Amino acid sequence: MDFATLIQILDSAVRLMTPLLLACLAGLYSERAGVFDIGLEGKMLMAAFASASVAYATGSAWLGLLAGIAGAAAMAGLHGVASIGFRGNQLISGVAINFLASGLTVLLGQKIFGLGGRTPSLSGAARFGEITLPFADSLRPVPVIGPIYAELVSGHTVLVYVAFAMVPLTWWVLYRTRFGLRLRAVGENPASVDTAGVSVVRLRFAAVMICGVLCGIAGAYLATGISAGFVKEMTAGRGFIALAALIFAKWRPWGALGATFLFGLLEAVANRFPNLDLGFVTVPSMFMNALPYILTVVILAGFVGRAIPPRAGGEPYVKER
Amino acid sequence: MTATPAPAIELRGISKAFGPVQANRDIDLVVPRGTIHGIIGENGAGKSTLMSILYGFYRPDAGEILVGGKPVAIADSQAAIRAGIGMVFQHFKLVQNFTVLENVVLGAEDGRLLRPSLSRARGELKRLAAEYGLQVDPDALVEELSVGHQQRVEILKALYRRADILILDEPTGVLTPAEADHLFRILRGLKDEGKTIILITHKLREIMEITDNVSVMRRGEMVASVRTAETGPAELAELMVGRKVLLRVDKPPARPGAPVLEVRGLRMVDAEGVERLRGIDLEIRAGEILGIAGVAGNGQTQLLEILGGFPEAGARLQGEIRLGGRPLPLQGPGADGRARRRAGIGHVPEDRQAEGLIMDFTAWENIAFGYHHAPEFQRGPLMDNAAIRADAMGKIQRFDIRPPNPDLAAKSFSGGNQQKIVVAREVERNPELLLIGQPTRGVDIGAIEFIHKRIVALRDAGRAVLLVSVELDEIMALSDRILVMFDGHIMGERLPAEATTGDLGCLMAGVEPARADAGGGAG
Repeated sequence: MDFATLIQILDSAVRLMTPLLLACLAGLYSERAGVFDIGLEGKMLMAAFASASVAYATGSAWLGLLAGIAGAAAMAGLHGVASIGFRGNQLISGVAINFLASGLTVLLGQKIFGLGGRTPSLSGAARFGEITLPFADSLRPVPVIGPIYAELVSGHTVLVYVAFAMVPLTWWVLYRTRFGLRLRAVGENPASVDTAGVSVVRLRFAAVMICGVLCGIAGAYLATGISAGFVKEMTAGRGFIALAALIFAKWRPWGALGATFLFGLLEAVANRFPNLDLGFVTVPSMFMNALPYILTVVILAGFVGRAIPPRAGGEPYVKER
Repeated sequence: MTATPAPAIELRGISKAFGPVQANRDIDLVVPRGTIHGIIGENGAGKSTLMSILYGFYRPDAGEILVGGKPVAIADSQAAIRAGIGMVFQHFKLVQNFTVLENVVLGAEDGRLLRPSLSRARGELKRLAAEYGLQVDPDALVEELSVGHQQRVEILKALYRRADILILDEPTGVLTPAEADHLFRILRGLKDEGKTIILITHKLREIMEITDNVSVMRRGEMVASVRTAETGPAELAELMVGRKVLLRVDKPPARPGAPVLEVRGLRMVDAEGVERLRGIDLEIRAGEILGIAGVAGNGQTQLLEILGGFPEAGARLQGEIRLGGRPLPLQGPGADGRARRRAGIGHVPEDRQAEGLIMDFTAWENIAFGYHHAPEFQRGPLMDNAAIRADAMGKIQRFDIRPPNPDLAAKSFSGGNQQKIVVAREVERNPELLLIGQPTRGVDIGAIEFIHKRIVALRDAGRAVLLVSVELDEIMALSDRILVMFDGHIMGERLPAEATTGDLGCLMAGVEPARADAGGGAG
């Protein structure tokens, strides 16, 4: 494998990990606040559909992004009302959101566009174009650093940069601000926050809504960045992979970056080498495609050291003495 | 206006009900500034509810709260903090994987960014540590601290919020004696600095040791407020437990036979490392009711749970239990509730709603629970529901359980009838040994009489009964012998004919009666 191939694989990995990273950080906010969210998938799907539809109708990827965020935020609000307001079961609420998004996107898509659940293909300003960073072309001839900068760092859509910027930003919010301190506390021991006179409900709602916004960006990236339109079930389990990555990351922002990169890389390798020839054995493409899921199972089975979830995760807060 | 300064806290006519349960009824309380005020009462007497009202966790149904002479509305904890009230809960409200500093700052940050708050808190903690002897490493993670240090963090949290009035709810329940002594030194220091402290406890010794005044609560009411110097443990114990209308149970003299249950050197250390039982020895003979008296929380619950086969998780046990001469395992396989029942131990647990019944299941199902493996309830591999129902109907009639409808959920019955369901189930199996905890708690007079008669009938049939009750009258009326438990061991043994409530009250307070008399003071 030569250097150029390596760069191409890494470049592809960056594109593929972006929605995972956004969804993973989305889940991080929610779960760090003590609200489990298996509805990442549904929120992304809803956002993908909303962004593709609006981008097609208006011809603006940016308006599509806003619509995507609004769609995912609406779903997040639903999750919040059910699991925080009414203290419902967070898993059931999440499952409901996944089903709702899965059905609603196809139903609305068929009703509006009549293409069997797809939206029409997007082109031009209705998609997020690739941004060429300054000096990308002039630096290209420089050995090693040139191709890395020009191919790997430069040439992505703005949403990719947003996703990567979210990592240090999330870290800073979580560990350097009052909001972050309270958010982490409410996921560990909501009673400590309540007795300190801070509203548990408001904090958790804020976290769940941030989760919705990030899922919205992730969904919009899927439909208007990496692809050119919405296709039925286009999230293809990415919300669940993001959840696995969150466990892998032990609910930490920098860990999320590493975990989602690993998954992105696996997918990129599978795409590049459908039948990976290791000399003594040929790995079939099915196996490569299945690898992220296998790895998820391995992670969930606890083979990567103990990942301790936020202590109050999954528990609706009921005030008691 | 009076010359004396306004009291730190004054409550007037506070009432609070949870559904049908009146947790607080028309409570008045005056706590003078700069004093340590004890509030004493049994579990469930309403102490914690009252303090939760003061801290804004609950809103009272009626009544008025005055802080420093001014009426205040305490709608939430933030309002309580603003009024200068700090609370140290029995179960700490700390974030385990945060540092001490983060825990102290949480909710009382100076601005949106953490750094300035944390550095100010660091200086403040150093000052408080020096002033009150509250040394804690500010950068230690709370989960790595001992329970005593975690409690200090809770006190620091309150002081950091400039609390003038500090409420501590059962603060010594989880502490070792040395830690408790240190806590009391800290509390005296705080008092000397002019802080007002309210100490909630059910331990008489602590009240006598540290408080200036003491208020006694019983069943949601404030039954007395006195100066600690003018009372004594015996009087307080009597006030806590209360004297009801005299109970009288007609029973023939006991004719004890061979020993049924023998307990030797039973010790139990709970998951938090607190020793709950400190070497219990007792023996119950066939045809005998052994009553265990004591203020709730002195190890009676643990004793019943161990004998019944369900000690709390993580407990370490030691000692020996024999039933009819055969040793019974303390823990592990063969020591569960089912094995105990098979060995011939019936158990009416103290908390019937949590441990005696499944509230959403029907009466007939509940009457079979624990014995549903019995051969007469099986038909091949299936349960014979018809047989179980028929059996339940019989018990419902014999125990006059009302309404006599086996298909009603257990939760639809009144407290007395719920208890009858449990008693019917356990007593009619005619066990070698019946364990019965708080048999008449929350039960109406008619059902009390009935349940007492059945316990005596079981004894007269030559069975052994271990009765645990916090109702002294019940113990005196039913028992053939009385043991008094205090702080995990047996304080003394009395025969009901020669015991007086004052005598038993002293033992319940952990005081040998002779010593209390010699000490005088008891009014």
